Amino acid sequence: MEILVCARRVPDTSENEIEVNAAGNDIERDDLVYSINEPDNYAVEEALQIRDRVGGNVTVVTVGGEDDEEILRRELAMGANQAALVSDDAFAGSDGRGIATVLKAFVQKGKYDLILTGVQADDGAAQVGGMLAAMLDYPFASLVNSIAVEDGKLKVSREIEGGNREVNEIDLPCVLSIQTGINEPRYVGMRGIRQVASVPIPTVGATDLGVDANAVGEAGAKVRRIDYFVPAAGKGAEILRGSREENADKVLELVAAKGGLK
Amino acid sequence: MPRIFAYIIHRSGMFDDSGAELLAAAKRIDPTATPTAIIAGWGPNLDAACSSLQTSFPEIWKIANEALAYPNAEVVRHALVSILPAGSIVLVLHDHFGIDLAPGLSIKLNAAFVSDVLAIEGVEGNFLKVVRQELGGQVSTHARCDISTGAVINVRPGAFKPEPDVTAAGEVVDKSSSVGTLSAKRRYIETIVAEGGDVDITKHAVLVSIGRGIQEKDNVVIAEELAEALGAAVSCSRPVVDAKWMEKSRQVGSSGKTVKPKVYLACGISGAFQHLAGIKGSPFLIAINKNPKAPIFQIADVGIVDDILEFLPLLTEKVRELRGAAAK
Repeated sequence: MEILVCARRVPDTSENEIEVNAAGNDIERDDLVYSINEPDNYAVEEALQIRDRVGGNVTVVTVGGEDDEEILRRELAMGANQAALVSDDAFAGSDGRGIATVLKAFVQKGKYDLILTGVQADDGAAQVGGMLAAMLDYPFASLVNSIAVEDGKLKVSREIEGGNREVNEIDLPCVLSIQTGINEPRYVGMRGIRQVASVPIPTVGATDLGVDANAVGEAGAKVRRIDYFVPAAGKGAEILRGSREENADKVLELVAAKGGLK
Repeated sequence: MPRIFAYIIHRSGMFDDSGAELLAAAKRIDPTATPTAIIAGWGPNLDAACSSLQTSFPEIWKIANEALAYPNAEVVRHALVSILPAGSIVLVLHDHFGIDLAPGLSIKLNAAFVSDVLAIEGVEGNFLKVVRQELGGQVSTHARCDISTGAVINVRPGAFKPEPDVTAAGEVVDKSSSVGTLSAKRRYIETIVAEGGDVDITKHAVLVSIGRGIQEKDNVVIAEELAEALGAAVSCSRPVVDAKWMEKSRQVGSSGKTVKPKVYLACGISGAFQHLAGIKGSPFLIAINKNPKAPIFQIADVGIVDDILEFLPLLTEKVRELRGAAAK
């Protein structure tokens, strides 16, 4: 099976305190720790496991800039067969539709049976996979938390409310958005990354893909971010500012007062 | 102003607040709007759902089709594309169905798509201004959406408060004959109901709930010791289950359990909205997190900026001391 995984490099929210910059037009990006978008990493792991069961190749692609190559290198170290960086000034400012348009062009330059994305990235939109599928006229399933390969199709389950799973049969080729927890992504160390340091990662631009520059980037965007802000806190929490000792006493007192100590 | 539609999900003829929330969102786009509800399904359940919508929506478009007996997003999309007028605004709830349906629908309608909208600030010319969150809720953004060719807008569950005293005498319009034959490359097979697990966190008055801040599986015992001292249960947020540190049955959130404790100790939990969606009944919420920017502090009653790996053992010790003193 030929599998394509679409991945993205994002600020790691578990490692950063995110601040809005003074102009309010971006977040403070100096000193941010970046990593591969977590659901995308699960998607790569899932692709590798499917490949190891049924054969084939795993390609990882990202739409971005030079800095984003590091996540491709990381996924190569995990075991992906190849990677590509899709990069062009014309793509800057793309909305979800713009990114999906670029990826569609990339998909059509190859031949893939299965395309995976993470369920959502740092913008929390959960949109590119579904858009890409619609553009390609492929079937789509979101929030996928298990995949079994059958003859010419897949049996996938989706995470729905209350921890229940919705089981579907889906024809190939298809696009799936992968939910975290579907597998246990393998560990990648510095050594593994060094071993793939010399693997070439081609850069592909708008001309290579035959993408109309007006359909993507800021020009093609129907949705644009105007600013970043931190909402005025509602009532917000009363922050206890005592010593650790004092805070623990206070919490205990509050828990008891609220009937939490039987 | 474009015509506004709200896609209503129902199960077995019943639906939750989402219809009223989408109605409230429609009024934020256009206070004079008379939005149309669209509802799809098959059999008596569909008719029951239609009649309950008549008291809130002025018009209801009904799509009855056997292929829609289970809400398969691909089939629903085919049906919607064949009946929606060009340039419409379509509101969908941002849940597991909306995530499945809306992005692809926007492509097929050649409409803009804005996802997970928390607030709508209004329309100026061809542009709708909305509020979203990014980076796990740590920052908010305003976004501007070009609605000149229509828009599909996914609305965060719970973000729009239903308006009081909504009355309507809705007319049901049967659109079933306009959707043609519906087939799909994705077919629903069955729903597997989640397993119960060893502890029922929905029955506990006090929950010690842990998130990513617990850092590793070996640290879960720190929360278990506190819970044992308090007579509470340990629950958790999604990353803890993803990492296989706790069973899925312990997860609080939209994809886990809905809990109604009296006291909820959120320990190392950032406070993603999917997690908060599982906490009902307004418990007294105490948040402990070493990141002062964690969104959980916006909704907690009391917050402590500290490392749970240090704070929880101290709290456990104090609970034990108190219990010990009481026993003497």
